[in-house]
Order: sequence, then C-alpha cells, then structure tokens
Amino acid sequence: MKKSIFLIAVFSVFPLVMQATDHLFYVSFASRVMIYAIAATSLNLALGYGGMISFGHAAFVGTGAYVAAICVAEGVTSAWLGWPAAIAVSALAAWLIGAVSLRTRGVYFIMITLAFAQMTFYLVNSMKAYGGDEGLTLPQRASLGFDLGNELAFYYVVLFLLAATIFLLYKLINSRFGRVVNAIRENETRAAAIGLPVFRYQLACFVIAGAAAGLAGALLANHGKYVNPNVLHWAQSGTLMIMVILGGVGRLWGGAIGAAVLLGLEHLIADYPIAWLAALAPNYQQHANLGVGAVLLAIVLFAPQGIAGLLSRKRNAAA
Amino acid sequence: MLRLEAISKRFGGVVATDAVSLEVAQGEVHALIGPNGAGKTTLIGQISGSLSPDEGEILFENRKITRLRQHARVAAGLARSYQITSIFRSFTVLDNLALAVQARSGSSFSFWKPVAEETALFGEARAIGDEIGLSSKLDSTAGNLSHGEQRALEVGLALATRPRLVLLDEPMAGMGPEESQRMIALISRIRSRVTVLLVEHDMDAVFRLADRISVLVAGRIIATDLPEKIKANQQVRQAYLGDEVAA
Repeated sequence: MKKSIFLIAVFSVFPLVMQATDHLFYVSFASRVMIYAIAATSLNLALGYGGMISFGHAAFVGTGAYVAAICVAEGVTSAWLGWPAAIAVSALAAWLIGAVSLRTRGVYFIMITLAFAQMTFYLVNSMKAYGGDEGLTLPQRASLGFDLGNELAFYYVVLFLLAATIFLLYKLINSRFGRVVNAIRENETRAAAIGLPVFRYQLACFVIAGAAAGLAGALLANHGKYVNPNVLHWAQSGTLMIMVILGGVGRLWGGAIGAAVLLGLEHLIADYPIAWLAALAPNYQQHANLGVGAVLLAIVLFAPQGIAGLLSRKRNAAA
Repeated sequence: MLRLEAISKRFGGVVATDAVSLEVAQGEVHALIGPNGAGKTTLIGQISGSLSPDEGEILFENRKITRLRQHARVAAGLARSYQITSIFRSFTVLDNLALAVQARSGSSFSFWKPVAEETALFGEARAIGDEIGLSSKLDSTAGNLSHGEQRALEVGLALATRPRLVLLDEPMAGMGPEESQRMIALISRIRSRVTVLLVEHDMDAVFRLADRISVLVAGRIIATDLPEKIKANQQVRQAYLGDEVAA
C-alpha cells in the first residue's frame, strides 16, 4: 500500500517536472507506456492468472482502438460515449472468440486465438470507409468534458485508468472469482470435479481481459490520433506477450513493468547511439529487437518469474 | 440411490465398459473390485461425468443424470476422488478445502469481496481438515505434504462438496499399513452420513468396510453380493481373488 502511494506520487509529479524542464516529449512517451501497461495487464489476467495462452490479444486492443477512432471520426467526440463503446465491443469480441476458442486446449488454443486475431486484422484492413490499410487519422482526441489534447491532461487520465486497472485486478484475484480462476489454471480436472463450471469461469475471465484491452485500445487511438490495422497484427499480440513474460506472468505488476521495460529499452536503443557499437555495426539501431531479444532470453533463463518475481525475491531475501 | 442401466463405453475397438448394470443403495459402502484394467476407473469416470457412456442410462436419486455435466452432478450431490492424487498443489491445505466448500456454496461470480474475509468458508474447511486428520497441516502447501497426507486431502476435497454419494477411486493407493488404517477409520466415520462407492485393491480394507461388493472383470460385472458370499464365489476366486492368493 505504502509502495503504491509512493508510486502514484512519483507519477503525479513526473509530468510537472518534465514540463518545467521542457521535456514534454517524455510526458507523451510515458502515456504510451502506461497505455501498453493496461493492455499487458489485461493479457496477464487471461494468460498469467487464467492460464489461457491467448496469442490474439491484439484483436481486442485493436477493436477498442478502431471503435474509439470511428466514434471520433463520425463526430461522436465525447469519450464518455466512445470509450465505453470500445470496451463493450471488445468485450463482445472476446466473448465470441472465447466461446469458440475455449473449447480447445494447449497449442490449439494458441493457434485458434491467433487465427481469430488475424481474421479481425484482415477485416479491418478491408474497411475502406475507415482508411483500409492506410489507417484512420483523427482530427482531434475525444473529450472527457475537458480537453484531452493537452498532453498533461491526457497523461493524468491514463495514469488514473492504469491505477484503476491494477487496483481492479488486485481486487479480482483475491475474490472468490480470482480463487476459482487460479484453481482452474492449476488443476482444471479437479476444479470440475469439485463442482466448478470451468468453461463459464474461463470465458468470464477472458471477456474481462478483452474489455480491459479494449480500453487500452481506445486510449491508444486517442493518444496518437491515428489507428492503422497494425494494432491488430499478430506481432502486436507477440509484443504484449513479451511484456507479460518480461514483467512477470501472473504477477500483479507484471504487465506494467514489462511494458515499461520493453518500451523503455526500445527507446534507449533507438535514440541513444552507442559509439563503439555503431562503429562495429552501423545499422544496429534499426535492429533494436536484437537487444530486446537478448534481455528476454536472459529473463526467461534466469528469472522465469519475470522482473516482478525478481524484485519480490530480493525483498524476501532482505527481510 | 445410484443405478446404472446397461452402460457401455468403447475406446476404438476396446470395450472398456460392457453393459454394466449396478445399484448402490442409500447408506451402504459398496465396494467395486476387479483386476487391473477391468475398467473400474472408466466406470467411475462415467458416473462422475468426466466421460459419457455410449449406451445406457445413469440414474441418481431416481433422476437421469446421463447427460448432466460433471459440475452439475457435483451440485446434485455426487462427488469423486482420484486414484492419482489430484489436488491444488500450490494452494495451502486450508485453501484447497475452502475452494471446494466455495464451489458448493453459491456462485463464485463475485469479483470484489476478498475471499479471505469469508469466515464461513474457512470455518467449514477447518472442520473437514479435522475430520481428515490434517488439522495441524492446514497452512502447509498441499504439494509439500507426505503421500499419505495428500491422499487424505484428496478424499477431503470430495467430502468438502458435501456429497450424498462419494466415489472413492483407490483411496489407499500407495499407502503404508499405518496410513491405510487411518483411511479405513476415516471411511468408517463418514459412512453414517454419506453413501460410498469404493474402488479398492486392498482386500483387507474392502472386507472390513464393504456392505456389498461388485466384481468387475474385463468391463463386465460378474457378481454383486455380500462380502462373505463374494469370498466364497468360485467364479470370482478364479477371475480375481485367486490371483491375489496365488501371488
């Protein structure tokens, strides 16, 4: 609790400092990181807690992004309408995709969620009215009654929504529902044998994760004032999965930490050239993923619980 | 209480269950014995609902449950334990039992209230922990228990759903003599309030506990009778008990 309050304080002060020192870019960058943190946290609910290895989570982020963007493009500029619509449509998509996919297990589940995500990717690609493969540019961000065009205002809204997402996840995993979801991940056969309707609980978990991903999508579209079909591309699903694995599968802060580390790393590699490395391999900055891959490899080999697991292990060792 | 009407189950060309008819009366301990591969676990699977028979009907308290899903059968009062221990290994003993109590006591579509605050769940889970002799191990992680303790928890999970009929699939599997005695004592204690269908290889336990015995050989019931009659039954001795004596 103390740690959370400290974190919120730091994050609240951060943009003010950045503004004072004329580094407004970092406020926008932090918003982007926090939006991905929401998306990765939602995937962590399905993947880490629910044990459902969904390789199509970008479909729900993308659905949310497109619904929110289309609302603005069609003149519905109130975020009070557009964002809940994005959440609702993403939840519906998760319900439909989950209801089919959850009848399979293991590698089939991974493949079928991937297939559904690619189907939505091509569907969006073919929506010529909304830009097709060129994407959709928004004239402005949606409005919450105050102007979200201001980077600081947008930052605080995203910060609030991220905090709310993590708090809701915390409540959920400690509730009856969370206990059941955990039990199903651990031993599905036995969960059914003590009378739990496994399918129903898994589907509910999948829908909640999809809804939260829809929120992240809506924020993403408004942040860049632009969406294109790549938000639904399977590589995006992979990126979210990497964030979860980096941060910690089934860890409360796993998604947020993973998003921060991955995007931070990409930014560092791309924007801060290392002289000797550039001399050795002039184009290395265009292959930032190589560095990210190395870090991921190290995490998987030496810290299978992710960075969040590493941190809590340290804390336990100190105590 | 439980009636199987000519149920059959085939896996490819193998007939695992061959027109089995069986009746378990309310309040009895009914033992199901038979050599390895006779189809006992397959039969338990069909009664509990994880497998569905190709033919025949299953009736529980005069209600057809043949097409009922497993979780619905548990809600109706029919629970099972497993021959190969199947528990929630990373949960504590208390959390294992509380989860099974929770599964029975209403919906788990509750997203807000911390489950740890539900004292009624944990009170009942503690009582079951006492009953199965694990009251001193409630806070241990289930995966760290000894084999015998895990077997006790295995049965405890089934009991925590408050069944009226419990299917115990070889509860003594892999147990030493002392642990077996404790399991026999546990089954003796619960028999007054729950009907038991007991699959077991330990003949000492079977003859001490069973009111009636059915013998399953190659997917068929070859005899159902009182223990002393089964002991004397020539066909049974040949098919099964004889092997044991010879071994």
